[in-house]
Amino acid sequence: MRIEGKGLIDRATPVRFQFDGVGHTGFAGDTLASALLAKGVRLMGRSFKYHRPRGVLTAGSEEPNALVTIGRGAAQEPNVRATVQEIYPGLEARPQNAWPSLKADVMALNDLAWPVLGAGFYYKTFMWPRGFWERLYEPIIRRAAGLGALSGAHNPDRSEKVYAFCDLLVIGSGPAGLMAALTAGRAGADVLLVEEDSVFGGRLNAETFLVDGLAGSDWAAQVVAELGEMENVRLMRRTAAVGAYDHGTYAAVERVNGHRGNRPEGAVLETFWRIVAKQVILAAGAIERPVAFENNDRPGIMTAGAVRAYLNRWGVSPGRRVAVFGNNDDAHRTAADLHAAGVEVAALIDSRADAQVRDADYPVYAGAVVTGSAGRLGLKRVSVKTSGGSKDIEVDCLAISGGWNPTVHLTCHMNGRPTWRDDIASFVPTPESIPGLVAVGACNGAFSTSACLADGAAAAGDALKVLGLTPPRSRAVPTAEDDPYQLAPLWAVPGKGRAWIDFQNDVTVKDIKQAATENFSSVEHMKRYTTQGMATDQGKNSNVAALAVLADATGRGIPETGTTTFRPPFSPVSLATFGAGAQGMGFAPQRFTTSHAESLARGAPMIEAGLWYRPSYFPAEGETHWRESCDREVGYVRNAVGICDVSTLGKIDIQGEGAAELLDFVYTNTFSTLKVGRVRYGLMLREDGFVMDDGTTARLGDQHYVMTTTTAAAGAVMRHLEFVHQVLCPHLDVRFTSVTEQWAQFAVAGPASRDLLNDMLETTVDNANWPFMACGPVTVSGVSGRLFRISFSGEHAYEIAVPARYGESLFKCLVQRAESMGGGAYGMEALNVMRIEKGHITHAEIHGRTTAFDIGFAGMVSATKDCIGKTMAAREGLVASDRERLVGLKPVGRDAELTAGAHLFDLGVEFRRDNSRGYTTSAAFSPTLGHHIALGFLQRGPERLGEVIRCVDHMRGLEAEVEVCAPVFVDPEGGRTRG
Amino acid sequence: MRLTCPICGARDRREFYYQGDAVALYRPAPDAGVDAWDDYVHLRDNPAGVRRELWQHEAGCGAWLVAERNTTTHDVLSVSLVTDGTERGA
Repeated sequence: MRIEGKGLIDRATPVRFQFDGVGHTGFAGDTLASALLAKGVRLMGRSFKYHRPRGVLTAGSEEPNALVTIGRGAAQEPNVRATVQEIYPGLEARPQNAWPSLKADVMALNDLAWPVLGAGFYYKTFMWPRGFWERLYEPIIRRAAGLGALSGAHNPDRSEKVYAFCDLLVIGSGPAGLMAALTAGRAGADVLLVEEDSVFGGRLNAETFLVDGLAGSDWAAQVVAELGEMENVRLMRRTAAVGAYDHGTYAAVERVNGHRGNRPEGAVLETFWRIVAKQVILAAGAIERPVAFENNDRPGIMTAGAVRAYLNRWGVSPGRRVAVFGNNDDAHRTAADLHAAGVEVAALIDSRADAQVRDADYPVYAGAVVTGSAGRLGLKRVSVKTSGGSKDIEVDCLAISGGWNPTVHLTCHMNGRPTWRDDIASFVPTPESIPGLVAVGACNGAFSTSACLADGAAAAGDALKVLGLTPPRSRAVPTAEDDPYQLAPLWAVPGKGRAWIDFQNDVTVKDIKQAATENFSSVEHMKRYTTQGMATDQGKNSNVAALAVLADATGRGIPETGTTTFRPPFSPVSLATFGAGAQGMGFAPQRFTTSHAESLARGAPMIEAGLWYRPSYFPAEGETHWRESCDREVGYVRNAVGICDVSTLGKIDIQGEGAAELLDFVYTNTFSTLKVGRVRYGLMLREDGFVMDDGTTARLGDQHYVMTTTTAAAGAVMRHLEFVHQVLCPHLDVRFTSVTEQWAQFAVAGPASRDLLNDMLETTVDNANWPFMACGPVTVSGVSGRLFRISFSGEHAYEIAVPARYGESLFKCLVQRAESMGGGAYGMEALNVMRIEKGHITHAEIHGRTTAFDIGFAGMVSATKDCIGKTMAAREGLVASDRERLVGLKPVGRDAELTAGAHLFDLGVEFRRDNSRGYTTSAAFSPTLGHHIALGFLQRGPERLGEVIRCVDHMRGLEAEVEVCAPVFVDPEGGRTRG
Repeated sequence: MRLTCPICGARDRREFYYQGDAVALYRPAPDAGVDAWDDYVHLRDNPAGVRRELWQHEAGCGAWLVAERNTTTHDVLSVSLVTDGTERGA
């Protein structure tokens, strides 16, 4: 029911929305919950386990009951709290976990079966027959119990991630938070104020308090206006701080567009903020706890603070005839506010016999408790037990208050444990739980407005000192109420029926006592046995009461019983927001070569190599299978000339007096003896003696080398070089620069490669001035570049490098010329076939478990110098002759298919693991030879050349007789390379 | 988690590469024997408390760093360059 003249809503702006298929009108500033309550809608959902009718319990993000699904189709958003969702024109909200309808939910039959569905029921009930759990029981239970569902389709809504830094992070904008931000802002600190609500002010908007003579909400608005004028203050509303992490790092989630209708496609729904703060003031306030009594979960029963919030902030009375039940003075405010607004207060029930209420124009029952309620889909009546007997009172709303729990959650995220305070019967943050964070105001157990203001100002003053700024001389704060907060603990009213503690997971007082009876008396065991506190609200309303009931049942005090662990996030965060930006192709960065666009234009399918994208092959017209393209491209290189972008290989520029000495230490072989203008193949070991990487290194000058690494290992090798230099050889004067991105490099391979190049180079090359393994500067079409005569394909070949900005145009020129000479571009498939034909290894072979000895390169480990890995590589086991060593394999019947990953067996043995003598690492069809070939590792391999063994691929069901041969299939003498 | 690079200042841990125990600083001589090399390459303590670790500011200045970190509190007690003589002594 809307109350005239109250609330911060904009009554000039009506907003049409739908709930459960029915159209309603609210006002701008309403949440879904306040707008529905204004229309008298109390039933908003069904409970998780028993499908009991539920309405709102709270007015904030801690809401356990009123969960709805917003929207339809791919972007539908389940489990949105009606107390958080702001209404917008066209908003469509639907109830969840109810069928066929919210009012007539057949699964409510569960509620009749409650005697067998108590805590741990499924551990006891669904034991036999054994196989039924997975196939029958669990699916049924999962269907019956539940929350809202995702659409199953790709959600088009976007989230994003942002970093922020500040001197002082203030979390919460109630009186304490605002006062802290104002104090620090005026002193010039870089302040970030985050508030999870859509309006700043916290409880000031929900109460009728005056601050400095102004209405609390007006004072808050005035402070926010002043803060808004300050360049050093950033105000963020709809932003919940959800996690506290090491070294001043905090996570926050901002609702950017979820409160807007008709948001443009692709608009950001939520932003995940990572905030780094030097100092933090936590002014997160407190959460009111209900009292457990029989059937305390009917729609219409809610916390007393929530009733005041609906009344004062949204101008809504959740009922026409309201009773208030509490154990503390704060609850009295609800009765007073309702009465002042003209709402009928049927009773104020205070469990304390000595409770004082002055000037009340409504019935007051001191020393009385509510023992039960009635009303199937909404509250109709409560039963009250007074010292004089029992009576029923007709009401449609009951406001309950068991006291307030400081919102300590964030202070526990780094394993801190809160401290019990008897005077407020609750936990407060333990100081220093999070380095640099101070909890203030209600969050620290100071409940009066005046105390909150003073606390906020004082904490800001302390933070300013730490930051090296000058705190204001005066710590005077505005005048405000300073009423004492008095309560007598009341957790559960004794009674026979079910009294709810955890509304979201349907956990009752009985369940907790049952857990204690069955010896699940540790709080962590009780929690898991009953599921108390394990729903998406993480027990914000129920944890302390549950502890108290457990403490009572086990005969311990509450502090001895302890608390469960609060973990991030403070409030539910969707996985899409945590993973913002990482959906689909956003999962990893993409690296493109300069020839990428041209390769795509030529129809090349791309293959991922680390973060790089490289063309697999370039299909020609009429080709229907990749092998056709691959075989044709191999033919280009073997017979004419092929062009391939090899820019993805790591390129590291190494300069300095110590460059040669460092390379000698990093590589197994020697580079100090390499002549300027020459290239050498090098092998690198890890310190444990296994092969790390290989590649060619060119000497461009006396103190200038350029190293190439494999595509995959470029980053690791760069780190390794820095490590070897900074840690092991700091005396050497040498510097490393990654230049992978700066140079575009293309292989020009095949018998016609030199003719093609000479057509483009300013100075022609020949075998005398540019022999195999020569390198140096060249000018190609007027551009300064570098030419290396190296070959991965085994043909007469070059690699030509130009600054990356010329890459695309050079690639096009090279391919056009190659095509006019009977060749063309080739991709990764052809490149791989040719390197296998030549027995060149890749990381398929140097996979981390192979040594220089295994790949036949033992001779490359220089005897005359130390190098990384040399000592450990000499270990007995790493040079044993029975190790699996590199060989080539070719099928005996030429048409058999060979695959990588197959196992090698001697003839006549059973194909069992323990009989395996090795495995294949690379395999391909060789168009040059007309049959399959493979590289692999075979025990005593090099001693077994010519022998016939069996190659078995259990995965693909392939089996073939193969002959062991040397791992070079084409041109073993290397004549073509030197040609 | 944040580390303060002596060259660049306080930075997010995503800029750093973690290597492992700082024992990697003390490479034995080639002829130091099997045990010394086994220790150096393979054997690591796993203390609950303060340990010295090697990190590289890979996405920053490239410096290799020694960080003293308490594994129970996650406090970072100090960060220094490996090239500082004081770090390589001991």
